[in-house]
Amino acid sequence: MSKRKSKENCLTHGECILKAQRMLRERFCHQKIPGKPFGVESQHKHLLELLKRTAVHGESNSVLIVGPRGAGKTMLLNCVLNELLEVKHVQENVLQVQLNGLLQTDDRIALKEITRQLHLENVVGDKVFGSFAENLAFLLEALKKGDRSSSRPVLFILDEFDLFAHHKNQTLLYNLFDVSQSAQTPVAVIGLTCRLDVLELLEKRVKSRFSHRQIHLLSSFRFKQYLEIFKMQLSLPEDFTDRRFAEEWNQNIKSLCEDRSVEDVLQKHFCSSKDFRSLHMLLMLALSRVTVSHPAIKPTDLLEASRLCTMDSKANILHGLSVLELCLIIAMKHLSDIYDGEPFNFQMVHNEFQKFIQRKSHSVHNFEKPVVIKAFEHLHQLELIKPMEGPSVRTQKEYQLVKLLLDNSQIMDALQKYPQCPTDVKQWAASAFG
Amino acid sequence: MDANLLSGFLRLQELVGGNVTVIFLSEIVWEKFRPNTGCFEPLIICFPDYSKAELQQILSLDHHPEYSADLYASYINILLGVFYSVCRDLKELRHLAALNFTKFCEPLVKGEAKESDTHRLWRNIEPHLKKAMQTVYLREISSSQWEEMQQKEGELHLKGLSAHAHVELPYYSKFLLIAAYLASFNPARADKRFFLKHHGKIKKTNFLKKHEKTSNHLLGPKPFPLDRLLAIFYSIVDSRVAPTANIFSQISSLVVLQLLALVGHDDQLNSPKYKCAVSFDFIRAIARTVNFEIVKYLYDFL
Repeated sequence: MSKRKSKENCLTHGECILKAQRMLRERFCHQKIPGKPFGVESQHKHLLELLKRTAVHGESNSVLIVGPRGAGKTMLLNCVLNELLEVKHVQENVLQVQLNGLLQTDDRIALKEITRQLHLENVVGDKVFGSFAENLAFLLEALKKGDRSSSRPVLFILDEFDLFAHHKNQTLLYNLFDVSQSAQTPVAVIGLTCRLDVLELLEKRVKSRFSHRQIHLLSSFRFKQYLEIFKMQLSLPEDFTDRRFAEEWNQNIKSLCEDRSVEDVLQKHFCSSKDFRSLHMLLMLALSRVTVSHPAIKPTDLLEASRLCTMDSKANILHGLSVLELCLIIAMKHLSDIYDGEPFNFQMVHNEFQKFIQRKSHSVHNFEKPVVIKAFEHLHQLELIKPMEGPSVRTQKEYQLVKLLLDNSQIMDALQKYPQCPTDVKQWAASAFG
Repeated sequence: MDANLLSGFLRLQELVGGNVTVIFLSEIVWEKFRPNTGCFEPLIICFPDYSKAELQQILSLDHHPEYSADLYASYINILLGVFYSVCRDLKELRHLAALNFTKFCEPLVKGEAKESDTHRLWRNIEPHLKKAMQTVYLREISSSQWEEMQQKEGELHLKGLSAHAHVELPYYSKFLLIAAYLASFNPARADKRFFLKHHGKIKKTNFLKKHEKTSNHLLGPKPFPLDRLLAIFYSIVDSRVAPTANIFSQISSLVVLQLLALVGHDDQLNSPKYKCAVSFDFIRAIARTVNFEIVKYLYDFL
């Protein structure tokens, strides 16, 4: 016994770190759906109750789970389903059909998918059906065959429910809700959606067949609980191989939570979005800075991770522009200032640029007009400027109106960070009207 | 791209249920792609651009085995000196470096200079690179044409497409084009002043002065009806011209040459409208060939 223990504790420091990183990475990248989501006990009970009624007692139901992105809808559903399937009778009897609005973009495709998931392809064979309703009825009828007099309950799970409402005539939804109202087969229709106004999307006849039962998942926890979750997410579990390492790690995490700057970072993140996905991204970035020489997460890691999360990517693009392109952007900035944000065309930009070259510039060359047009088109390709109307054949390229998609503070910030920026360009940017 | 494709790929790991990673490459910032109901946010890794020193290092990796690495490095230095303030795209620079290296090595091959004569090599290649900027860089002549031209001795005569300053046009067509330019870039109310023999004084009222922020040359050509074009044409042409079909067919051929653009519906036979599609330098060159001082007739140069 003691020999085995000492063998386990022989993992080197590097291996421990790798193992810890792997475990935490799996948690943050959602490879394993963890246990219960946080703070949704009543919703859990409600949903479990509903599904039990369908699975065990044969009652048909329909419900919508509504909540913003990352609130834990899929997590909650999977948790409830796992609990439901623990009942022996349910596991043998109940069938599940999982549909996703992103994958089944058409009702025909959805029907084929339902056929496939119920393993009824052979039964359907080459039959041709007159309508969707006939097809669905046939499928559900086919589930009755066998010894049982009553049919097996089916759970229809529709992810991205709002996308199904955009199908033609909403036939799938109509038929599913219709079946759930009539007493033929025990069917439960569970929709998951991020839109709070999902009921507005349904047609009247579909809405009337829906039971109007909605379960809302609105993350209603406070900052204190957010801190607790942060600690829990970063801590290693009890059964980690190297107990000593795990204890050290968890101790470090605890001290991290008491740090003032860490609290500030988390407060900033909490204020912009409460959901777990953004927290996981932050933790992922902080975790990736852990190496053998840097074996624990420090407050600076979290600060750096937070900076990466909230970085302005357009500023990076401005950093990589050539001097000519930068001059064009400054010319456009001046035009926007003079004309109060009205759109302009290339000819006006070129005119401003020429004024700069003739009066104030020492270091920037006077380039030929086609070279300047090529630089302008590069800016268009990077989507830093946007044409006001589509590419029309009628107006010449130089006279098409465009708008600048950067604001003054972004441009001035970028100029500060621009490597080896010529001083006359900087002065031109800072001057009032060019 | 279909709306569901991006969202689907972002969720691919969840949909497949296994260990799948999706990598997206983009030149445009992520914010522009985000779907409006939200999506599974990806981790964003920003690739910074190459600095000048890094570009120098990367481009120097392509050096020819015949010459020393130092020589190639000095060549790249000269190339970056000419092109760096215009373009930083690695692919373009590599292409330009490959095309122009033979010209750079010409004095070495001919025996006129040694590898250490950097000044002479620089003097040889610099005008050549500047020429390249106006032609190959703009893709106005193809790379094979450029290479052919380098092999020929003597002055570089090949000009890019946009450098062609004038087209051979018949006499009246030139005047039609000039009339079209005047019609596009002068406001209609100024026609009286320019083209009538005895016009009265035309005062620019205060209102007009305040609102003349941008010259017409910056805003672009304006459409004009056929009648106005002919009126201006008759007033600027010295000799008496009969309005035959010849004149009208010349207008149509100007449209085909894309020097004039037809505005509005093709079916509108009644009063067609046109726009002039040439630049100021072009029309000035044409006006010079017929001894017409176009600047005197332009409103913006009053």
